[in-house]
Amino acid sequence: MTIETTTAGVLALIAIMTIVTLATRFGGVFVMSFVRISPRIESFINTMASSVLIAIVVPMAFAGDLGAIAALSVTTVTMLALRKPLPAIAAGIAAAGIVRYLI
Amino acid sequence: MSVASYSYTIQPRKVRQEFVRLFPISLFVVAFGAAFGLAATQKGLLPLEALLMSTAVFAGASQFAATDMWGSEVSVLPLIAVVFAINSRHLLMGASLYPMLKDVAPAKRYGLLLLLTDANWAVSAQDYQNGKRNLEVILGGGLVLWMAWLVGTWLGVYFGGLLQNPKSLGLDMVLGCFLLAMALGGKKSPRVLVAWTVAALASLAAWKWLPPNTHVVVGALAGGVIGYFWLDKKPVSAAAEGEAA
Repeated sequence: MTIETTTAGVLALIAIMTIVTLATRFGGVFVMSFVRISPRIESFINTMASSVLIAIVVPMAFAGDLGAIAALSVTTVTMLALRKPLPAIAAGIAAAGIVRYLI
Repeated sequence: MSVASYSYTIQPRKVRQEFVRLFPISLFVVAFGAAFGLAATQKGLLPLEALLMSTAVFAGASQFAATDMWGSEVSVLPLIAVVFAINSRHLLMGASLYPMLKDVAPAKRYGLLLLLTDANWAVSAQDYQNGKRNLEVILGGGLVLWMAWLVGTWLGVYFGGLLQNPKSLGLDMVLGCFLLAMALGGKKSPRVLVAWTVAALASLAAWKWLPPNTHVVVGALAGGVIGYFWLDKKPVSAAAEGEAA
């Protein structure tokens, strides 16, 4: 099934994307409202939460160019050294820019 | 459920603080948005259409992917599959906030979720790990991020030429660096480190061998399984619940 990108068509496509995205925003919470939160479920949720971050970032490093790897490495080192997010992020972005400029 | 069980009160003052707290990162979101606005117009979306999409969908990666599928016609099922796969991480992000969201009345709960996105969720989840209940950042932080996304899209569709190559400035790495900094700022116990290793390996395997865009959910669930079988001796939640009650 295809939709032509006329004005009405584009509106329909945006509506579809909005509904699908809303379903993902609401769905997890909706399902959880039927789950009794035992200590085990709580532990699952907490470990899963920080694992989301790792699961986004690690493939990003592997799929990325040298600039991406430099950004993530420099962010890691700065964050572990200073324990402040903003300098760590700024240093990471600067590293990506510098490496890409040099190569 | 009785009304009395909704014990979480959103504090307006804290919402404003969180709005300001996420302002610096939202400046980078403006640049992201500009890149999206440019890409969208190059694929043939009208400026107003791109702006409407950013307003209503508010999920950058999936919007980029959608414009990649744009043409004189768009296939609906592949579009739904791609948008769902990329945004499926929201399912887990929302679920992870449930211990706090259950203390908010349903109308407000789902209202807050309209603004759920990576950056404000990462702050809230990290605060929760440290024993602080912070839903204000979902609202205040979400608003500043959403506005930045709109301003960025607007800049991109009208002045896209100003930022031809955001990659050369490292701007494509903003979110990655931000999320990594959030993860590293959290609690690191042997249990968490094992979960992270499992999550990293599972997400890499999924990225390599499973359909595209499934790696976040696969990795996160794999990490969660470690938490399910390996309990902390003293759960953080006990302290957090006590503090809020």
